[in-house]
Amino acid sequence: MNHFEIIDHTADIGIIAHGKDEKEVFATAAYAMFSLIAELDGVSDAICRQIEVSADDKEALLVAWLNELLYLFDVEHVIFNGFEVINLEEHRLRANAYGERFDPLRHQLKTQVKAATYHMLKVEKGNGFRAQIIFDV
Amino acid sequence: MSKGMEEMPRWEGKLTKIDDYRWQIEKDYKPGMRVPGLIYADEHMLKVIQEEQAPEQVANVAFLPGIVGKSLAMPDIHWGYGFPIGGVAATEVDEGVVSPGGVGFDINCGVRLLRTNLTEGQVKPKLERLLSQLFVNIPSGLGSEGRIRLREKEIDKVLIEGAAWAVRHGYGEEEDIELTEERGCVRGADPGLVSEKAKKRGVPQLGTLGSGNHFLEVQVVDEIRDPIVAEAFGIEEVGQVLLLIHTGSRGFGYQVCDDYLKTMGAAVRNYNISLPDRQLACAPVKSPEGKAYLAAMACAANYAWANRQCISHWARECFANVFSKSAKDLGLRLIYDVAHNIAKIEEHKVNGRRLRLCVHRKGATRAFPAGHPDVPARYHDVGQPVLIPGDMGRCSYVAVGTEKAMEETFGSTCHGAGRVQSRSEAKRRLRGVDIAKQLEGKGIMVMAASRSSLAEEASEAYKDVTEVVHITDGAGISHTVAKARPIGVIKG
Repeated sequence: MNHFEIIDHTADIGIIAHGKDEKEVFATAAYAMFSLIAELDGVSDAICRQIEVSADDKEALLVAWLNELLYLFDVEHVIFNGFEVINLEEHRLRANAYGERFDPLRHQLKTQVKAATYHMLKVEKGNGFRAQIIFDV
Repeated sequence: MSKGMEEMPRWEGKLTKIDDYRWQIEKDYKPGMRVPGLIYADEHMLKVIQEEQAPEQVANVAFLPGIVGKSLAMPDIHWGYGFPIGGVAATEVDEGVVSPGGVGFDINCGVRLLRTNLTEGQVKPKLERLLSQLFVNIPSGLGSEGRIRLREKEIDKVLIEGAAWAVRHGYGEEEDIELTEERGCVRGADPGLVSEKAKKRGVPQLGTLGSGNHFLEVQVVDEIRDPIVAEAFGIEEVGQVLLLIHTGSRGFGYQVCDDYLKTMGAAVRNYNISLPDRQLACAPVKSPEGKAYLAAMACAANYAWANRQCISHWARECFANVFSKSAKDLGLRLIYDVAHNIAKIEEHKVNGRRLRLCVHRKGATRAFPAGHPDVPARYHDVGQPVLIPGDMGRCSYVAVGTEKAMEETFGSTCHGAGRVQSRSEAKRRLRGVDIAKQLEGKGIMVMAASRSSLAEEASEAYKDVTEVVHITDGAGISHTVAKARPIGVIKG
């Protein structure tokens, strides 16, 4: 779980998430994104949000999933650090995300991530599964 | 968990030198390009630009249906998602497309500059108090929420009216509107075409600076290069204090962009548009999708203008408190407010024909010359002020639009310094360095919501903005008027 690399370009930051299946890749991508946003050690799983998103294809579904999480972070100020992808089809994803409301006294924020983009977006099968995504930061 | 880095290869494509400041990517560089690309740079800057794939992105933008002239790159160009940052692309309204990626997520991210009657000598002794006041009264940082409590449906009025909404509610003066690009309001905004999600993000964030590269800066005029134009702008002497505000449409704009990228993904298939990059997704300007995006983008642009308008009102209050004089007596007048991430419907002359164009400026500033009807009456004889912020450790420039920009760049020029170092590279190199202390050594006081964002935005991560304006001056697409250096910075 949570095996990922950071792609580091001048203007924006990206990640490559690995997993034994696509569900794990999607969960890891979300974890990687929140690890850019905040220091995740010490963030509890007191809050659970059920998330359902749909999109035209698998890649777009990854963007929709990550941007839904960013939306919740922006509106509810929840830092998520646990992700359970329950169901993943070509056009639809259902998942639970666990985390805690941001507390400026205990949590350290790192980089503002504005959005997940479609640029150089990939979800592919190779040696296991992997996904590549670039963020606007 | 591993944290390997993937290096981006150098761009090895061919460039044709037109003159010392212009480099062309020929139309046959790759099949699908409809027009050539043109990069404004000198030899030195060009080397920096070729270090990454930004020129490839200039070539990719040339694929957009209906693009006219050239796919342009300002000297502060750097690699972005989809469009390069520092890119300008104009498409024909009748035949061409509009692309949300050509505007970006932070719709109407922009800059506003205010002048004062104060001098450095008067401000320096009270600088700490001033910055503390600004820091407390202008919400900044991730997740910050504004002081404005919008009633339900009130946000729709913000989205339709822009800066005027703020002024009507007591945040500023009528004159501010005259001195804002587009009078702080893109017409055609339709809140009905904006998602509930966008509004939910927008309501609490109105009147916040945000984080990332957004900031508020107390500056001192360091050099006046064109005294006549400077005086018209209200910049009278070296040592005069200015206030710069850099922010945009916050979560509202990000959501609008995300929503419409989905719409455009489907549109690309419906209209059989072939593109080298999904992030360039677009639809004909006159299609239902294109019109809907422009109406929603207008909402976000107007939100950003209202946002900067509210922030400047509080900033004026802070100055008034600290210097025990009214903002009016302190001469805190708006010089100008420019958008640097936006798409605008404008009329331009292309090959001798007047055309209605959709001009995408992503990390580029409008730079209209003297006499243009869209330049405020006050600046009619000198031209539109262009605001070019640098990084927090160096300086910023005020320039003015030119005829040359109208001829060549659809009335556009650069928007800032442009990154040369990634955020994590900056953090890595500056590990253990106390940036705030380092800046203090240069006479710059900093207050930041997050230490981490401070390292990401350090001078080392940016091109030297002085080199950038040297090129825009040399190419003639804007004309430098004055230079200012920061003495106090508020960072989100």
